[in-house]
Amino acid sequence: MKFVCALLFAVALATPTAAETILIRDGRVVTNSAAGVIESGDVLITDGRIAALGANIAAPRGARVIDAQGRYVTPGAFAAMSELGLSEISGSGAPNDASVEGGLVAAAVDAAQAFNPNVTAVAVTRLEGVTRAAIAPSGTANMFGGRGALVTLNGAAESVLRPRAFMVLELGETGAERTGSSRASLWPAFEAALRDAREYPGRYRSGQGGAVLNELDAEALAPFARGQGLFLVHVESAADIRRLIRFKRDNPSLRFAIHGGAEAWQVASELAGAGIPVIVDPLSNLPDRFERLSARSDNAALLHRAGVRIAIAPAPGSVDAHQARLALQLAGNAVVNGLSWDAAFAAVTRGPADLFGVGDRLGRLERGYLADVVIWDGDPLDVMSAPTAVLIEGEEQPMVSRQTRLRDRYNPTRAR
Amino acid sequence: MRLRWIAVAAACLALAACATTGADTADAERDGRVPYASTYTPRPSAPTLIRGATVLNGAGAELANADVLMRDGRIAAVGQNLEADDGVAVIDGRGKFVTPGIIDVHSHLGVYPSPSISATSDGNEATQPNAAEVWAEHSVWPQDPGFGRAVAGGITTLHILPGSANLFGGRGVTLRPVLGANTVQEMKFPGAPQSLKMACGENPARVYGERNSSPATDMGNVAGYRASFIEAQAYDRRVQAHENGDGEAPDRNLELETLAGVLNGDILLQWHCYRSDEMATAIEVAHEFDFEIAAFHHAVESYKIADLLAEEGICSAMWADWWGFKIEAYDAIRENIPFVHAAGACAIVHSDSEVGIQRLNQEAAKALADGRRAGLTITRAEAWTWLSRNPARALGIEEETGTLEVGRRADVVVWSADPLSTYAVAERVFMDGASVYEPGRGQEHFSDFELGQSYREGAQ
Repeated sequence: MKFVCALLFAVALATPTAAETILIRDGRVVTNSAAGVIESGDVLITDGRIAALGANIAAPRGARVIDAQGRYVTPGAFAAMSELGLSEISGSGAPNDASVEGGLVAAAVDAAQAFNPNVTAVAVTRLEGVTRAAIAPSGTANMFGGRGALVTLNGAAESVLRPRAFMVLELGETGAERTGSSRASLWPAFEAALRDAREYPGRYRSGQGGAVLNELDAEALAPFARGQGLFLVHVESAADIRRLIRFKRDNPSLRFAIHGGAEAWQVASELAGAGIPVIVDPLSNLPDRFERLSARSDNAALLHRAGVRIAIAPAPGSVDAHQARLALQLAGNAVVNGLSWDAAFAAVTRGPADLFGVGDRLGRLERGYLADVVIWDGDPLDVMSAPTAVLIEGEEQPMVSRQTRLRDRYNPTRAR
Repeated sequence: MRLRWIAVAAACLALAACATTGADTADAERDGRVPYASTYTPRPSAPTLIRGATVLNGAGAELANADVLMRDGRIAAVGQNLEADDGVAVIDGRGKFVTPGIIDVHSHLGVYPSPSISATSDGNEATQPNAAEVWAEHSVWPQDPGFGRAVAGGITTLHILPGSANLFGGRGVTLRPVLGANTVQEMKFPGAPQSLKMACGENPARVYGERNSSPATDMGNVAGYRASFIEAQAYDRRVQAHENGDGEAPDRNLELETLAGVLNGDILLQWHCYRSDEMATAIEVAHEFDFEIAAFHHAVESYKIADLLAEEGICSAMWADWWGFKIEAYDAIRENIPFVHAAGACAIVHSDSEVGIQRLNQEAAKALADGRRAGLTITRAEAWTWLSRNPARALGIEEETGTLEVGRRADVVVWSADPLSTYAVAERVFMDGASVYEPGRGQEHFSDFELGQSYREGAQ
């Protein structure tokens, strides 16, 4: 009997309670929309969505009221690039689905098929106010990193928000390294791959085969090569970015966003003109690679000023499975380096949502939007702050992770 | 006899200059200078008074509306309403925060510099598990652009270590980030002892295990430490006996000189060790051979044995929140630093990163905030001890720097706001009382490597 009760209790904990009506009262509500910041604002959540925003909203009957006590109430953060859910531990010979080896598939790599919502990093990341993430493996044998996914960090069994949401593409040093060790061979190979994909399945059925792609990769690449999906392109140097802009000019139907872009500030107006957004790392300020010789701390601010759409996440090479939550610290450092607070906060919430095509339901606190809402004990971009409550689609998330369990076991202020 | 006296004198000189072990001797006489010694010279400085700031003194105290007077490169006074004599430059510190310069005990700047390519990868002599004979300073490239970025983050002293591929990685060196230096000798912190880098755990076992050689396991690691210290004891006994007039001096052996330096306490041991059980075993090894451990580095499980570490007087150099990248970092918690502090043990925030070193104050802030949320009462002034006094202690330079006590080197940072936050930036950095960094005044430093690149000209 005891066991059954415990089981029922566990089921109750795990069952979505999206139907719950919640009124968050008296917050400093950052909407990321035309409404701006609503001081002493209320947020009403019904059926997992934002039902109303404003001042002095009356609590509907049966609603649970959370008093925000004047604290920040914001949309959940969106990790614009991560390996979250692709490994429990990255190294040590532990299984790591973020690391694709061999040449079996590249473009066909499918992050959604590897995502595990039960890895402990999901809870660790969610505790910090991150409710969604774009994920992809870190590398394959060629220029195509494979198809990334958008995921929800509620730990639910079905928490892939959108599989095959973007195609990772290496068109800088890394891409060159994997394609004949030279950009001079990378670009012809890339263009041939696009032709293969556009001519899929015809040339494969006819037995002609691809010039550079196997059939699996050609099939995976086909929609992207036809403009039906986003290429997330890792390029860093101004020269590589210019090549991409030229290519986009000649292939206007293709959709590109840049990840990295350390030297993007040098070509900011061209990027704005080409409508190519950039996922930028405000901590990337060292000439640690030859393609990043002019990396500088105010890259985000300069791009924003020029009208380039930005998101903030760790640079390629710094992306990992455990620290996606640090995007907020990165955004705070962008503020230190000249970006406005509003733009920096948007770059870890609305920016990624827009960039990955889910900006119509995520990234803002607006009527009808999914109720990913975070209440903070201070300024969310200050490292001293942390969430006091995290809601995903209207469900309040447990503020517990493997780390907090260890903390509680060893906390010297608690009797053991 | 004469030779012995020279050796002793040279050894004293060496200790004063850079605390190399006494063996590098005969050459010293030849040109009157100890080989490898520091040639660091502080920049010229004027007496400077910072007025009316919030001072976190690095020793755990916060002083409101306080003044800091620097004179002749040293802290001359800290207090309220200090007099400014003629010729004293006055800085308005109202609304600002003043702290000792940050000291990073774990950096690979210069040995793994930017740009990172195979030819610049000089941090791991991963050719044999005991590489105690190598010195990190002989790999340091002074033009690493990372040094300039570190100063902008308030760093005034940093300890450069070899990597962790080996059981014995080699000697570490304490440096000043002297911008524009062309030799490592110009950067060496005068009088600072050298260290020995050792490594526990996965790294050496992986590097050598993959080559089918020893060590391939944790137990192989420990056997490796012990075998080498047995050799070092025998070597040291022969050196001592010879110095007491008994028997021939052994042939010089760079590897054993380093280990003997650890046994004698001249060389401070900095031991890469993540897990609590491995730290405890390392402590057993130290007891077996009667040497001291200055600090465990990357000590992500120190919180589990904080009392033991306090009792042993061993510092823990820690990240605020790195975790999960390998299994020995799996039990990392965000409260590691504050829990170690709460046990009365020596807690240090370290970087191990050319990025992290630029904002170690933010890492301390995270640890402080997480500790408070866990119920601990820790002041921001106490948190600053993790960034300056405690690392100075682990590096054996506590009498020279790390706090704003009178007589210490005037290594001082003026922050735009409370430095335990994201938003504070270093507005002034002083090293030995000399202003070495002031953004917007042409003191941002670009290394030789960065000059003349097409982008850099005309950039701010």
